[in-house]
Amino acid sequence: MSSKLNVINPGPTKAKDRFFDRKGEIPTEYFKDQLFDLEAKGEIIVHRIEEGNYVEVDTKYGRKKKIPIQNTWHHKSCGQCGHIPGYSTSIFWLHRQLGYNYYDPKDQTSCTAWNYYASSASNSAAQAAIAIRNFAQAYQDGYFPLIHCGTSYGHYKETRNEILHHQGLRDQVRRILDKLGKPLVFPEEIVHYSEWVHAMRDEIKARQKLDLSNVVVTVHPACHYHKLVVEDAIYDRDLYDGQRTATVSGIVKALGADLQDYSTWHDCCGFGFRHILVSRDFSRSFATLRKIERMKEEANPDVVITHDTGCVTTLDKSQFAAKAHNRNVGIPVLSDSQFAALAMGAHPYKVCQLHWHGVDNKPLMEKMGIDHEKAWAEFEEQVERIKSGEIEFLSWEDAE
Amino acid sequence: MMGSIYADAKYQDVPVEEKERLFQEVKADMRWHTTLYGCYECGICVASCPSARFYDFSPRVYAQVMAREDVHTFYELLNDSMWDCSQCFSCTRCPRQNNPGGIITIMREVAVKNGLQSAKTALQAYSRIIYKVMSTGTQVAPDMLQPDFFPDWGPDVVKVSENLDSWRRAIPPETLHTTELAWDVSEQTQLELYLIWKLSGNLDIIETLDEGIFMILSEVMEELLEEHGYDLDEVEVII
Ligand code: SF4
Ligand code: SF4
Repeated sequence: MSSKLNVINPGPTKAKDRFFDRKGEIPTEYFKDQLFDLEAKGEIIVHRIEEGNYVEVDTKYGRKKKIPIQNTWHHKSCGQCGHIPGYSTSIFWLHRQLGYNYYDPKDQTSCTAWNYYASSASNSAAQAAIAIRNFAQAYQDGYFPLIHCGTSYGHYKETRNEILHHQGLRDQVRRILDKLGKPLVFPEEIVHYSEWVHAMRDEIKARQKLDLSNVVVTVHPACHYHKLVVEDAIYDRDLYDGQRTATVSGIVKALGADLQDYSTWHDCCGFGFRHILVSRDFSRSFATLRKIERMKEEANPDVVITHDTGCVTTLDKSQFAAKAHNRNVGIPVLSDSQFAALAMGAHPYKVCQLHWHGVDNKPLMEKMGIDHEKAWAEFEEQVERIKSGEIEFLSWEDAE
Repeated sequence: MMGSIYADAKYQDVPVEEKERLFQEVKADMRWHTTLYGCYECGICVASCPSARFYDFSPRVYAQVMAREDVHTFYELLNDSMWDCSQCFSCTRCPRQNNPGGIITIMREVAVKNGLQSAKTALQAYSRIIYKVMSTGTQVAPDMLQPDFFPDWGPDVVKVSENLDSWRRAIPPETLHTTELAWDVSEQTQLELYLIWKLSGNLDIIETLDEGIFMILSEVMEELLEEHGYDLDEVEVII
């Protein structure tokens, strides 16, 4: 005899209605516990973000992270400044437009992590001393470090773990810094500029000039941003259900662009450090076959937006050779800072310096409503003034 | 102990004591204890790994070989495939909380510090980058954008190199008007950088790795240090 069960099957909940509320213990230790402990013992100075000068955001496991709003010491990236100068210029331009004070130091070195992730021709003491020399300098200059490079950001967080856990390393670094006459300082947070862009997205949106609703965007999250010291990256329950970093996607969504997904979002760009310089066949193949072609097939975006130096370079520059082989490529690649600056009406050449990029970005500009011919003529005019000796440099006033 | 897992192992003649010595050096590194906890043999790291797609390379092999303390296979990896790793850390997706990329970082440092010939060969074409990083404190310089160095990056590289000076001046931030450095680094900062290389023993590592680079780097460092009253030979390694 069959029996009827009095069960009403409601069917699976729609994804948009599902909500995962994290209840479990946070699986990773909190660096701040050790940081403040060492400060209390007099071992280090903790550089704090001033009260009232930060926005709080959620990180992977729900801890809060403070993102400073202004008075930031801009720890520049050698790859951005050297080969994609519109990247860093756009970060500064955004600060200027939002009216936030910043400092662009000459007393800064890169993290020198090329000698860590590429050649390993360094050691932990040297790498930590380089990091803390920069931090000490920022502290002495009176500004809070804002890190432009994803690798410097990841490397400094790894260095933080080493410094916090190894007394021997702290002693070594202290001896080195003593010789330089600098204190052993660690900032309260290691903050990436893209986290600042994320935290400022509503202010940026409020000043938006271009309509981006028909611009299709794919995002490449940078490996050294979200795969090193994973718990410290920004996650937001409103983006990807909180299951993928919200940084970059947050600003793209805020600007009203058409954010599209693709299957290989977790893959790296193919940069590889050593590879991009001496084994570029690998970088080119990975960037185009696993990233650009997948995006093309699955989302056909107008632009890829990312937030690290190597990612912009590899994804952009690798497409030229692939095109020669008739591969399905041809997507411009910009940083979130450039995309946000363009949306706010920044000059595509004087500020965003798009002529340093490889893939043809004119169709993108047309879709964004930018008159690139006029803009290029304006840029060329300034270059002529420089060449003729009328002006030595393009000033911020000329660019704004 | 058995030989390595590779039928075509290249370093069978190297004494096991030497392999063991280098293996212990990796294990003595302070980062070692947070890179390896065991291995489920699930292959998630391999599926995430870019280098595994294009090379005969597998992060899982690193986790397993190191966990089994197979010094013979370790020595093969140390002298060969570890240089294929992209250091992207996609393998930190490991459900066992391993960090195969981190194991490789440590192994590379051990290979470089010990002056292994394979490390010298792997880094031969890279040495000018080491020089740039250590002499200037920035690496990716605008004047690197030359068509003969990046022939596969297309005609834009030609345009940049032809207009380098005026285009650099046409960038608003005043720190970016440089062509040989990514940005303008102050002399005092450069001096402090050189002191770090010397005091931390990093300069000695370069001497072991590449005598030529060591010589020209020392010369550049000496000049600035002397101007500021330091004698490079008298600055002692203090770690
Ligand atoms: S860090 Fe190395 S081993 Fe790990 S996924 Fe990246 S390339 Fe593969
Ligand atoms: S992901 Fe981790 S557990 Fe799985 S095979 Fe790789 S190292 Fe082993």
